[in-house]
Amino acid sequence: MWEYTEKVKEHFFNPHNVGEIKNPSAKAEVGSLSCGDALYLTLKIDEKTNIIQDAKFMSFGCGSAIASSSILTDMIIGKTVDEAKKITNQDIADELGGLPRQKMHCSVMGYEALEKAIANYLGEQEPEEHTHDEGELICTCFQVTDATIARVVRENNITEVEDVTNFCKAVGGCGTCRTEVEDIIKQVQAEMALEKQQGNGSSATVANIPSPRLEKPKVLTNLQKIKLIEETIESDIRPGLMADGGNIELIDVVGNQILVKLQGACSSCPSASATIKHGVEARLKEIVGDDMFVEEVH
Amino acid sequence: MANIIYVDNNATTKVDPAVLEKMMPFFTEYYGNPSSMHNFGGEVMHHIEEARQKIAQFLNCSPIEIIFTSCGTESDNTAIAAALEAYPERRHVITTRVEHSAIMNQTKFLTKKGYTISYLNVDKYGMIDIEELRELISEKTAIVSVMYANNETGVIYPIEKIGKLCREKGVVFHTDAVQVAGKLPIDLKKLPVDMLSLSGHKLHAPKGIGVLYVRKGTRFKPFLIGGEQEHGRRGGTENVATIIGLGEACRLAEKHMAYENTEIRRLRDKLEKGILDAVPNSLLNGHKESRLPNTVNISFEYVEGEAILLLLNEQGICASSGSACTSGSIEPSHVLRAMGVPFTAAHGSIRFSLSRYNTEKEIDKIIEVAPPIIERLRSISPFWRRENAWLKEQEERERLQKQQKAVH
Repeated sequence: MWEYTEKVKEHFFNPHNVGEIKNPSAKAEVGSLSCGDALYLTLKIDEKTNIIQDAKFMSFGCGSAIASSSILTDMIIGKTVDEAKKITNQDIADELGGLPRQKMHCSVMGYEALEKAIANYLGEQEPEEHTHDEGELICTCFQVTDATIARVVRENNITEVEDVTNFCKAVGGCGTCRTEVEDIIKQVQAEMALEKQQGNGSSATVANIPSPRLEKPKVLTNLQKIKLIEETIESDIRPGLMADGGNIELIDVVGNQILVKLQGACSSCPSASATIKHGVEARLKEIVGDDMFVEEVH
Repeated sequence: MANIIYVDNNATTKVDPAVLEKMMPFFTEYYGNPSSMHNFGGEVMHHIEEARQKIAQFLNCSPIEIIFTSCGTESDNTAIAAALEAYPERRHVITTRVEHSAIMNQTKFLTKKGYTISYLNVDKYGMIDIEELRELISEKTAIVSVMYANNETGVIYPIEKIGKLCREKGVVFHTDAVQVAGKLPIDLKKLPVDMLSLSGHKLHAPKGIGVLYVRKGTRFKPFLIGGEQEHGRRGGTENVATIIGLGEACRLAEKHMAYENTEIRRLRDKLEKGILDAVPNSLLNGHKESRLPNTVNISFEYVEGEAILLLLNEQGICASSGSACTSGSIEPSHVLRAMGVPFTAAHGSIRFSLSRYNTEKEIDKIIEVAPPIIERLRSISPFWRRENAWLKEQEERERLQKQQKAVH
């Protein structure tokens, strides 16, 4: 059942500012069909005053996605670009009288569209379009990067992985990125606690969220992880297998899942699965990390 | 609630008033515990056995083969757990990619416990390939569990063939028949099935009652451990009133079976054709023929299911959707995705499931109001009828993702 506020229903059943401005001053496309919601936002902005004169949207999505888009256009019309820039996803949700926790990502989509449209207007380099921004891709199912996750964690003071899913969908698919997201939450929460202690949780610090990875060398980047896996296979695992007339090929690394293919004598060996579990996986766990696991590809 | 059009009968059904009437005395009048020594309780046991007899007749099996459970999920969980307990040396389970979450999440749980699970693929009509099953069965396989019919699409699986194959290979075969009971005749004398689940509230009995059929001779271990109820196969005091209700519901279902396959099928077909004809870019999900007579699942491209349901709800129409947003999960229906339904369509799927309580007038009303709802949402959609590089980019990305997945 839908626990929507009257305001959400009002904007869903009778959305404001539907459509598309021809020759817009700014536009943004965010979200995607695969994720189940997408928003196309166009703005008309007076170049002298920087006031947003008109805003229109088209939206593919559920009730709250349409309502979030509709109220966003209401919120920004008449505001200057600088004022609009200050709107956060929480402001959008608040304006709707609140959204169910699982639907918070709808407000985040509105925020992202606005951010992107303003950047487009100011001629800035596209900010993180959050489907393929500069950060490292953490959730491959929904194309969410560490930068996006760190931002929603910080802006909404998130402590649980489930809430990261509610706000930006990460971990909502195959779930293999769960541990990485847990690490980001820990990292950002630690930063925020530190800032609080120092009493300088000012916007200056907020704007410069350090990449969780750079500050925490113990967490390997994907690239480091793959290299380490390759090295381990090369120097520790392959020689033993080759001595038995077999071989191993690294196919891919997906999150903590290492996909390998056994070759030669190994591929037909009846104890191949034991080799994988007790030999290959045990060694990789030891060297690369406890949460790694190995799957055989045929 | 006067103006409700209820076409969500695969989710749950209305309790038949005749069923309720049979149940009522067992709350305040005959409330004794069937296990008691006194006549007051013992008498209740006779009523339970009468109900068991009716259900056995409905399924054409022996009453001793019927175990009462609390729901379809308990029946499914029990079946798989029982087979794994009974064959501890076999640590392999075969099921499909389109099972109900009662099986799906149990098998995911088993994976974590070190069991190996094989999932049968389905084609674009939702159908499995029996040859794939033949190749997967090994001496390590403890149980094969394939649903009799799918709850989302209504697709009916070749249970007889699967059962024969499992017999040949000496593997226990379980089927989740929750969606089938009352819609198609089930004859367990003929069907080579070892265990079968059903659920009361899908055939006009109340919620809170399920059945697990266990064929005589099938190795079995209880899932709920407690008293000696159900011949020591399921602990827990019998849910007497609902058992009585299910007995009566099964007796009535047998009487209504023909109607289900003629009149309800006709109404379903009318609804299906009415909508598909009126709405462009709408597609039937599932197999056209091998399908339950009451179910139709339609995808409306470029719009999202929850939004459709909200607007149908405004008109008093109760249906359901495979969209991500309705389930509280983030991904659209695993059934439609397993069938390869593209995201453009999977998010906008709506299931209508009928029962003997639906009328022609109701169906006409749905055919009348559904198309404008879709049109309205499409007028907001950025992907509908716009020259759209964005959409092409999305579709290309999905194609690439599919390719990548195929490589793995």
